[in-house]
Amino acid sequence: MQSIELAFSDWLIIGLYFVFVLGIGFYLKRYTKSENDFFLAGRKNSSWVAGLAFLSANLGALELLGMTGNTFKYGMYVAHFYWIGAIPAMLFLGIYMMPFYYSSKIKSVPGYLKLRFDEKTRVLNGIAFAVMTLLVSGINLYAMALVLHTFLGWNWDISMWISAATVAAYVTLSGLLSAIFTEIIQFFLIWFGLFLVSILGIIEIGSIGEIFKRVDDLYQAVSYTTLWSTSADPSLNGMVITWGGIVLGLGFVLSFGYWTTDFLVVQRAFSAKDLRAARMTPILASFFKMAVPFIVILTGLIAIVLANDKQTGFALLRDGEQVNYDSALPLLIARYYPAGLVGLGVTALLAGFMAGQAGNISAFNTVWTYDIYQSVLNKKASEAHLLWMGRVATVVGILISVVTAYWAKSFPSIMDYMQAIFSWVNAPLFATMLLGMFVKWITPNGAFWGLLAGMGSSFTLFLAVKFEWIETHVMTLSSVASDMAANFWRAWWAWLICFAVTIVVSLFTKRKPDDELVGLVRGLTPGVSTEGVPWHRRPEFYAIISLMVVIALNIYYW
Amino acid sequence: MDSEPRKMKPIWYFVGLMLLAMGAVVAASGIYHYLNPGTVKTVLADLHPDLWWGAVMIIAGAIFLLVNRKVTVD
Repeated sequence: MQSIELAFSDWLIIGLYFVFVLGIGFYLKRYTKSENDFFLAGRKNSSWVAGLAFLSANLGALELLGMTGNTFKYGMYVAHFYWIGAIPAMLFLGIYMMPFYYSSKIKSVPGYLKLRFDEKTRVLNGIAFAVMTLLVSGINLYAMALVLHTFLGWNWDISMWISAATVAAYVTLSGLLSAIFTEIIQFFLIWFGLFLVSILGIIEIGSIGEIFKRVDDLYQAVSYTTLWSTSADPSLNGMVITWGGIVLGLGFVLSFGYWTTDFLVVQRAFSAKDLRAARMTPILASFFKMAVPFIVILTGLIAIVLANDKQTGFALLRDGEQVNYDSALPLLIARYYPAGLVGLGVTALLAGFMAGQAGNISAFNTVWTYDIYQSVLNKKASEAHLLWMGRVATVVGILISVVTAYWAKSFPSIMDYMQAIFSWVNAPLFATMLLGMFVKWITPNGAFWGLLAGMGSSFTLFLAVKFEWIETHVMTLSSVASDMAANFWRAWWAWLICFAVTIVVSLFTKRKPDDELVGLVRGLTPGVSTEGVPWHRRPEFYAIISLMVVIALNIYYW
Repeated sequence: MDSEPRKMKPIWYFVGLMLLAMGAVVAASGIYHYLNPGTVKTVLADLHPDLWWGAVMIIAGAIFLLVNRKVTVD
């Protein structure tokens, strides 16, 4: 593709974004005095601020380029990531898990494992999370470089290094507080910068119904426009998966594993001003989460229609023999946006990537500082020293991200890569957290060995399929399966192995006394009192509405 | 040490500022393209998406800014 020449108005908008982001960083620096300010944004945020940041921390490269590209590759089944693959887990976090997290005043998810189990479980998860976060951060960096390369024709290496330097400067300004502020800026930029692509795509093709009809005409043997009606037979849908893989792998294990235990998103809820605001954080975010497909899924389907109509002249980029699915959204921006709007579209993508990477790095610096450095290397570190260490970890984390970005570039679709990582770390962790929060006789040794077995088995399965030690169908329980389906099933097996090993080991090892588990385990913790709170102020009320909306969406697009 | 409560502008104020500023640039660009239609070669350019989308952003930004112009938070 010939690179786009940016006009003065485009540069002006990109420049305005950097002025705003850096300006906010400097403005907030005066309010970032302590480690609590730097790592937890002072715990003063409203549920709206924390909720939009909670969603935006996830709305990076994964959501924009990856999901649009995956819709082109797999069809509308990708919407499962936003509905069954997100909403139930977010509501479960808000209603059932947040009271344990928030009330224990922990600073990170591994910090909960330390209180509930022991130090070794905390360190194991802390290291796994730190590694995973840097890998994911590399994906964000890769995506940023893709945008700069696609739009501006910049060299890959220069793009990556410039992006990394920008994010490093921005994150070190004022920690989580500035990360959250810029995540909210990013949220509005994405909607104002990218939703217009969907609108113009609908106008060009005719209507949403016409888009669905033309996609159906293109893929008559395999459905690209349904959610469930073709899930009984994997050969009938674009993702080549059965409903079992979607429900167990994505809807249960991967979704709950990510949304309820991944510190990157949960950290935003920890910044809320009180327990109600913390519980409302993921519930409010769920409403915006279920709306994101109206950008990414719709543009993916529009790209399918346009790419299969030679008269439009629209075609995805190719890297040699491989189709670059992730180029779909940038190419649509180039198709529809004149000068000025191009700058807005580029800025929206840049904001998504920068905030996504900043989110990863801010989560990494917290886990590194508290759960690895203070826990293992320097137990007597002062508050000032921890604040300094957080800033050092930010810079070092960015440098490691650059290395992982080069690895991510070799994968044809970045979303597949992301899911593979989540199934190594988050899927087994969800079993540990679920048992830890809801079963009081689960022991520290049970949790540690279960987590280790779950993570080890997931990684081993990944290698076994990749190097063809075993056939994929052994894991996926179906004769055919896509890479995505393999990820879902691998997550399920990792969760199940962790769950089983944790229970078995717990039966034979020493429990923690009940008095050490008060506030950490259901049954030993007073329930959240809603006495005197009107029904329309209760988190449960909004959770029910959210659940009803997502059920309606699934039925409508069945 | 500063013992006074530290008040700052809410994030919504900055969101309003940003939408207003960017919307103004997009709308101005749209006016230029409207007056010089030959300079635009994108699909659906005749709909002038930059003109009306810029206006939408200006209105949204102005609302955020007006509502939060006197608000401060801890």
